[in-house]
Amino acid sequence: MSESSTRPGAGEAGLGEVGTARVKRGMAEMLKGGVIMDVVTPEQAKIAEDAGAVAVMALERVPADIRAQGGVARMSDPDMIEGIIDAVSIPVMAKARIGHFVEAQVLQSLGVDYVDESEVLTPADYANHIDKWAFTVPFVCGATNLGEALRRITEGAAMIRSKGEAGTGDVSNATTHMRQIRQEIRRLTSLPTDELFVAAKELQAPYELVAEVARTGKLPVVLFTAGGIATPADAAMMMQLGAEGVFVGSGIFKSGDPAARAKAIVQATTFHDDPDVIAKVSRGLGEAMVGINVEAEPAPVRLAERGW
Amino acid sequence: MTVPVTPPAGPAATVPAPGAAARAASGLAAGPTIGVLALQGDVREHAAALAAVGARAVAVRRRSELEAVDGVVVPGGESTTIDKLLRLFELDEPLRAAIAEGMPVYGSCAGMILLADRIEGGAAGQRTLGGMDVLVRRNAFGRQVDSFEADLEVAGVPGGPVRTAFIRAPWVEQAGPGVEVLARIPATTADGRDAGAAAGKIVAARQGRLLATAFHPEITGDVRVHALFARLVEDSRRS
Repeated sequence: MSESSTRPGAGEAGLGEVGTARVKRGMAEMLKGGVIMDVVTPEQAKIAEDAGAVAVMALERVPADIRAQGGVARMSDPDMIEGIIDAVSIPVMAKARIGHFVEAQVLQSLGVDYVDESEVLTPADYANHIDKWAFTVPFVCGATNLGEALRRITEGAAMIRSKGEAGTGDVSNATTHMRQIRQEIRRLTSLPTDELFVAAKELQAPYELVAEVARTGKLPVVLFTAGGIATPADAAMMMQLGAEGVFVGSGIFKSGDPAARAKAIVQATTFHDDPDVIAKVSRGLGEAMVGINVEAEPAPVRLAERGW
Repeated sequence: MTVPVTPPAGPAATVPAPGAAARAASGLAAGPTIGVLALQGDVREHAAALAAVGARAVAVRRRSELEAVDGVVVPGGESTTIDKLLRLFELDEPLRAAIAEGMPVYGSCAGMILLADRIEGGAAGQRTLGGMDVLVRRNAFGRQVDSFEADLEVAGVPGGPVRTAFIRAPWVEQAGPGVEVLARIPATTADGRDAGAAAGKIVAARQGRLLATAFHPEITGDVRVHALFARLVEDSRRS
């Protein structure tokens, strides 16, 4: 590897076993306690890095704009993704449509560090998700409940984020889904072995994975939260509810002072259990994103209901 | 890791750890108390590895918590984020002072970057704690698609090669005379390929009571590097 090859293709320069489950899941472990920020330009990516983001998520339009403008939302332009990769030194994630394995192949060839198979984009396949084991690059997927999370892990997801209602600035759905996943995990840990078989059937997930969650009391991969997080207190609440880290989409770059808000959310995520710190960092951030009440959104445009 | 040890940045972090003095008073023999810097990163995995080798692991996010430990682990994570949080919450100077006074510190990956006196490939304005006379190149092995697992001989770790995971890992570009090299990337990989520019690069090193690895032993279940660090902490308490 020379200086110019610090961005080789998919694992060709690997010095050992590349793309293993441990290496994929391990990458997510390194992001824990951190904030991953949606960005649509290299300039925004730099603001996110300066604010202390652990990674940035490159996408074509933030969810609030996808919601406002409608139309089919797809993977970003490779030029834009490369521009973002070149602009920052932190990991770069990018979104592919559900089931669109070629978008994922393109993202892997561009050298992105994580692919988000995301319900925020318009699904490309209403039956199948991507076979994520076939890739060297790791994947993060959304889930509204434990069964959905375990199905994504079965398909090879190396990280899960609870789904919220992206682009609304309304945290209520993220809360519901995080509570749902955590509650279902707690329930599994209390079941006797003979009832785990039926639990696996009900969760529509493989028995081995269900038994593992019952034994360990946690998912076998890192669990972040996403969707509707707009304030430092939102991020801290999700952490207290059991998220291991936070994705923030429209909440930062649709607010009055993105740099200050981004930095505040980073601090609130680390000190999520310290109200004094959250109070201090919440001051003087300017306007939060205006937001849309999820209940006011008709069901057909609710993004969290995409994926199955 | 299934061990329910101190959660990262959990409420338990606010309870000061009983230090060596308290243990001595209690008359109970116990391993050292080792803090894991819990601003961001894989805190839980390090805590579990430390517990597995008999140390008491506690989360450190505040100066008061730092004062109650015999040694510190700087975990894997995002070095730019940890650097910013260290400064924002004013832990950077206390940690530098502790390092100067001889507190043992082990850093893995991002932790190695933070222990380096000099770095290459850092973000604009990125700083380190320093203490080790090394030049560390950030993201030296490439992007996530280049992350890998391998078995590696590490000096001072008996019992055969260590199972290692390199994740967007750094390497040591140059090391000063006071630095003891513990591991290098071999010239050829396990399957016989040329290691290229990585050949011979230092990926584990020690200087005095500072220990650094470019890889993550904490996620492979091989706790021998943590055992090495726990012994280092134990020795420092006696001296």
